Amino acid sequence: MTVVTIAAMTLREASRRKVLWALAGLTAVLLGLDAWGFAKIPGLETDQAGELTSGEARLVASLLLNLVMFTMSLIVALGTAFLAGPTLSGEIESGISAAVLARPVRRVWVLLGKWLGLSLFAAGYVAVAGTIQFVIVKLTVGYVPPDPVIALVVMAAEAVILLTLALMLASVLSPMASGVLAVGCFGATWVAGVIGGIGTVVGNEGVARIGEVSRVVLPTDGLWHGVMHAMQAPSVLTENPDVIGNPFLGTLSLTPAYVAWVVVWVAIVLSVTATAFARRDI
Amino acid sequence: MGFAEGRTEGRPDAPEAAGGRPTTPDGVAGRPPAAGATPDTAPDAVVGGASPAVWCSGISKRYGRRPALTSVSLTIGRGEVVGLLGPNGAGKTSLIKIMLGLVAADAGDVMLLGHKGSDPASRARVGYLPELFRYQPWLTAAEVLAFHTRLGRLRATADDRAELLKLVGLAERAGDRVGRFSKGMQQRLGLAVALLGEPELVVLDEPTSALDPVGRADVRETVLGLRERGTAVLLNSHLIGEVERVCDRVVILDHGRVAASGTLDELLGESEVRLRLQRADDAARRVLETFAAPGGVSWAGEWVTVRGVEGAAVPDLVAALVGAGVRVHAVEPGRQTLEERLLDVLRAGDGHGAAGNTAGRTAGGATGNGAVAGAARGRGRA
Repeated sequence: MTVVTIAAMTLREASRRKVLWALAGLTAVLLGLDAWGFAKIPGLETDQAGELTSGEARLVASLLLNLVMFTMSLIVALGTAFLAGPTLSGEIESGISAAVLARPVRRVWVLLGKWLGLSLFAAGYVAVAGTIQFVIVKLTVGYVPPDPVIALVVMAAEAVILLTLALMLASVLSPMASGVLAVGCFGATWVAGVIGGIGTVVGNEGVARIGEVSRVVLPTDGLWHGVMHAMQAPSVLTENPDVIGNPFLGTLSLTPAYVAWVVVWVAIVLSVTATAFARRDI
Repeated sequence: MGFAEGRTEGRPDAPEAAGGRPTTPDGVAGRPPAAGATPDTAPDAVVGGASPAVWCSGISKRYGRRPALTSVSLTIGRGEVVGLLGPNGAGKTSLIKIMLGLVAADAGDVMLLGHKGSDPASRARVGYLPELFRYQPWLTAAEVLAFHTRLGRLRATADDRAELLKLVGLAERAGDRVGRFSKGMQQRLGLAVALLGEPELVVLDEPTSALDPVGRADVRETVLGLRERGTAVLLNSHLIGEVERVCDRVVILDHGRVAASGTLDELLGESEVRLRLQRADDAARRVLETFAAPGGVSWAGEWVTVRGVEGAAVPDLVAALVGAGVRVHAVEPGRQTLEERLLDVLRAGDGHGAAGNTAGRTAGGATGNGAVAGAARGRGRA
């Protein structure tokens, strides 16, 4: 009951804060530019003065789709990370938490309520914006990702990972610091993934391992590769082996073991957050 | 009524009382009263009979190296209104937050309404207005009350909530976002939140800090209304007059310890009146002894101090003396004010007791009929 009440309140908070309008505005601009860009693809000329072949068009569409979806994931990451901070440590600092936690509620349920509300918010954003994106791609270049639903689910999971991290940081840090640090970790993990890809291309195991380790420590990049894998045409990698290592093409599919690790990761981080939150003086 | 009445605690002159563990309803000091509050029992029936509204024993808390509370114990009976006084940093808000589970104590036990303080259910019938009153700025006032009703699983209908907003003067602003409220309006909203669901214990931490004089009077009336209804109230306030007017009992915290506690009479001593008389013969002395407490008449030249005379009886005393042929030149009814007592206690704690005994006296108006001359008041000490 407490979880549902707090989750509903968190959703209401998200819907009434300016961050929602900022997200909506950014997404609208992104989708507008994106529709214009995709509409130009069929008419693109190659350096051989001919139009793109169907294979080239698929490659470009996959690359562009991944790029746009990456931008979208960045927007949702920023949005949820900067919502998670204020909703936990911000309420503690402002004094809102004192009135709430003096009610007959357990702090762990309050935390889970906030986590659930933020997760639903992130999932809702991904579902709406992602679906619009797929429709644009279908209408402009006729491309349909092989696993659109999986792509959106995994992308929502990526956002959940980041907001879980942001909540943990917010249980001990200030709202702004927790948001900045969470987004910083997100960016660092993505860069580590790119470096790991370069290591794979050049055959350097040590460098390649950087990406592997970062994907375990913070699973956002691992999930992002799963998103790309679900969105790009399977033939892209087989027809264009030289694109291996491109950060906007997914060469790694999600394994059951990795999905299980993601679930365990969320459980561990939430447990740590609950412990820190329960011990914190309000 | 857990405190030893009128005692001075935590001071060198009363070492036996320092940090003493309160006596439980069954008379066993230091042992929590039996769990199982009787929330549905009529307050009149549970005063002094069932578990107390608040029972704290040996509460200690440190922030880093600094001790905030040292072995603080107190009890608030059902339906009792207790004022919490003390200087800034005395530990009042920390004690309140520990009671409500917002801050973890390093040592000590808390029971609220018969439940262990560590159990969230202990707060099911508790209303709280925090010192730092902030409510979700994106909600309307009505939505804040609805949210707390759901969160606390309280029995408060939409009509009840509207009535509460009316009580605190926010009926016209029920649909406005809290973010647009002034501090005073937010504090009024906080009071409404604290009163939601007819709690059995209301904790008000500086409830009038942002209110205008009218708002303060409203809060005073509200607390008196709660007392009439049998609701226990813990009132932390720097406005001593406010505490003096509404509280049954006062607890003074200083440097994280209970410095003094008791009813106002116990803390301030009995009322007395000082008169300057001429032609006071035996008949006049008999009049004085009639009005005074046993052995309560003491002379110093033309001045006589009569202890045990309440303010309302002073005009009768003066009339009786005049009737006995005595010439009354001056009347100084008075009793130490709570503010004076508080300053005395705090200065004694700082090693300035002698100064405290004489400082802080205020001139007071005369009482009684036209024969009473205005004079200094506040002479007596507890």
